[in-house]
Amino acid sequence: MYAPLYLSNECLTTCTYCGFAKGLPIARKTLSVAQSLREGEFLRARGYRHVLLLTGEHQKLTGVDFLGEHVGALRALFPQISLEVQVWNEDEYRRLAAAGVDGVVIYQETYDPDSYARFHVAGKKRDYEFRLGGPERAARAGIRRLGIGALLGLHEPWREDAIALAAHALHLLKVAWRQELAVSVPRIRPSASGYSPEHPVTDRELAQLICALRLVLPDTGIVMSTREAPGFRDALVPLGVTHTSAGSHTDPGGYTEPGEAEGQFEVDDTRAPEEVADALRALGYEPVWKDWDALMRAGV
Amino acid sequence: MNGKLEIAGRAFASRLIVGTGKFSSGDAMRVALDASGTEMVTVALRRVDLDASGGPDILEFIDRNRYLLLPNTSGAIDAAEAVRLARLARAMGLPDWVKLEVTPDPRYLLPDPVETLKAAEQLVADGFIVLPYCSADPVLCKHLEEAGCATVMPLGSWIGSNQGLRTRDAIKIIVEQASVPVVVDAGLGAPSHAAAAMEMRPRRRRPSRASWIRSDLRGDPCTHTGTGAGRVRDARHRSGCLSRSGQTCRFSRSRRLRRPDRATRGCPS
Repeated sequence: MYAPLYLSNECLTTCTYCGFAKGLPIARKTLSVAQSLREGEFLRARGYRHVLLLTGEHQKLTGVDFLGEHVGALRALFPQISLEVQVWNEDEYRRLAAAGVDGVVIYQETYDPDSYARFHVAGKKRDYEFRLGGPERAARAGIRRLGIGALLGLHEPWREDAIALAAHALHLLKVAWRQELAVSVPRIRPSASGYSPEHPVTDRELAQLICALRLVLPDTGIVMSTREAPGFRDALVPLGVTHTSAGSHTDPGGYTEPGEAEGQFEVDDTRAPEEVADALRALGYEPVWKDWDALMRAGV
Repeated sequence: MNGKLEIAGRAFASRLIVGTGKFSSGDAMRVALDASGTEMVTVALRRVDLDASGGPDILEFIDRNRYLLLPNTSGAIDAAEAVRLARLARAMGLPDWVKLEVTPDPRYLLPDPVETLKAAEQLVADGFIVLPYCSADPVLCKHLEEAGCATVMPLGSWIGSNQGLRTRDAIKIIVEQASVPVVVDAGLGAPSHAAAAMEMRPRRRRPSRASWIRSDLRGDPCTHTGTGAGRVRDARHRSGCLSRSGQTCRFSRSRRLRRPDRATRGCPS
C-alpha cells in the first residue's frame, strides 16, 4: 500500500494529455515543507508508511534541492519514500538517494518515438532518450526501487507500447539486477488538458494485459492506482497486482487543504485506505503498509 | 525424531520455524501459529515499525512469552545493512537471535555468500545468536559454522518456488559435515518436502574413523550459554566445535561430538 503526495503542480513542460501542462489556466500550488508535513501526517494517521512524492516538471521550483528538503522532512514520518518527478542525471539521483529517496518511478508514457514527440511538444521532457535512460541512471546512483510504465491511450495500437514496456522491464532486470522493479499500465483519465483517446483501452484489454505482464514478468511488481474503478480494481488483484494506492488526491495539498489547486487527473476509486485494505483481506491477501525501512541504509 | 532440537542452548520441542508473511490478517496468523505447534516465529524487521510509533504492527499478534521471536534481516543487500538492522532490532528490545538474510537480488532472493559470511562474523562478535540463510554450499556452511553461527540454513530451492529439495545432494553433504543444526530454509511447498528434509539423517561413519557426526536433525544436548564478549567463543562451543587436540570441547556436555579428525579454527580450548 502506498499513497501519492503531490508537492507541486507547477510545470514547464507541455504534455498535451496532462492536467499540469504548461499554459493550462489552472490553479497552481507548490507546498512548503510545513504543508507537506501536514499532508504526510494525514497519510501516516491513515496507516501509510510508503509515500510517493510527485511534482510537475519545473527546474527552479521543484528541483533537487526542493525535493531533498521535503524528503528530509518527510523521512521522520515515512520509512519508505519514492519519487515520481522529472528525470535527472546520475549525480542528481545520487543526491536524492543520499537524501533518503528509496524508489524512483519514471513512466516513459509511450515507447513509440513518433508518438512521444507528438504528445510532448515542449520542455525538458521532449528528450525521449534521456527519459528512457532515467531508470538505469537511478539504479547506478543507488536507488533501490524502480517503477516504469506506459500511459495507455496515447499510442495506437496500445499493444506496441505494452510489448515495449515488457521489453524495457526485461532489460532492466538484467542491468539493474539489484533493484526491485514494478511496472504500471495506467489508462488516461479525464483532466484539465481535455485530452481523450480516440480508442480507449477497454477493461477487457487491460485485464488481458495484466495477465500477459504477469506471465512475462512473474516476479515483478504490478501497480494499480486509483485511476480505475473500485470493482474493477478488486477484480484485477488476483491477476497479479501487487502495489496499490487508496484514498488518493492528485492536487497539491489535497488531503488537508482540498480544492485549492488543480489535480493531475480525476481518480475513479475514491474508497478510503482501510476500505481498500478490507477488500484485499476479503480476497485473501495481506495489505502490507510497511515493507522497507530507510533506517537499514547506513548513513541515512 | 523424538529428541528435542537444541539451538544455542535452547531446546525446542517443535522443529518447525514459522514465518509471518502472507497472512490475510493478524488474527489469521495468530491462529495459524497456534495450530502449527511452532515455538519459533520469524518476522521481517522491514515490516516492523522500528520507531515503535504505534502504527499497524505485526508484533502485536505474536505472543512473545510463547514463541521465540526470530527477527530476520530480509531486504538487506549487504553485510552493513544486515548488521545495522540487527542492531536496530536489539535496540528496540527484540531478542538477540537473528535470522541473517543478505539478498542483493530482489527477484530470486538468493543469498550473497560473501556478504552473509561477513555479516555473520560481525554479528557473532556483537553477541548475536546467528541463524544464516545461505546457499546449499557445504564449504560456505562450514565457514559459517566456524564463524560461530548457531545453525546453517541452506535453501531447498529458490524462496517461494515451492519446488522442494532441489538441492538435496548438497544438503546431504551439509548435514553430514555439520556440527550445528541444519535448517532447510526455503523452497518447500508441501508437507512431504518438509518430511523429506527431516529424513535426511546423516550416515554414521565407521568407528575406525573415530567420529560421530552430530545430527542437526537429532538435536544436540549441549546447553552451555554465555553472554557478552564470551558469546563468540560460546557460540562455537555450543555449535560443537572441538579443541585442536581433538578432544571433545570442554564447554560441551556432549560426548557424542568427538571429532578427532579435524580441528576447528578459532576454538579457544
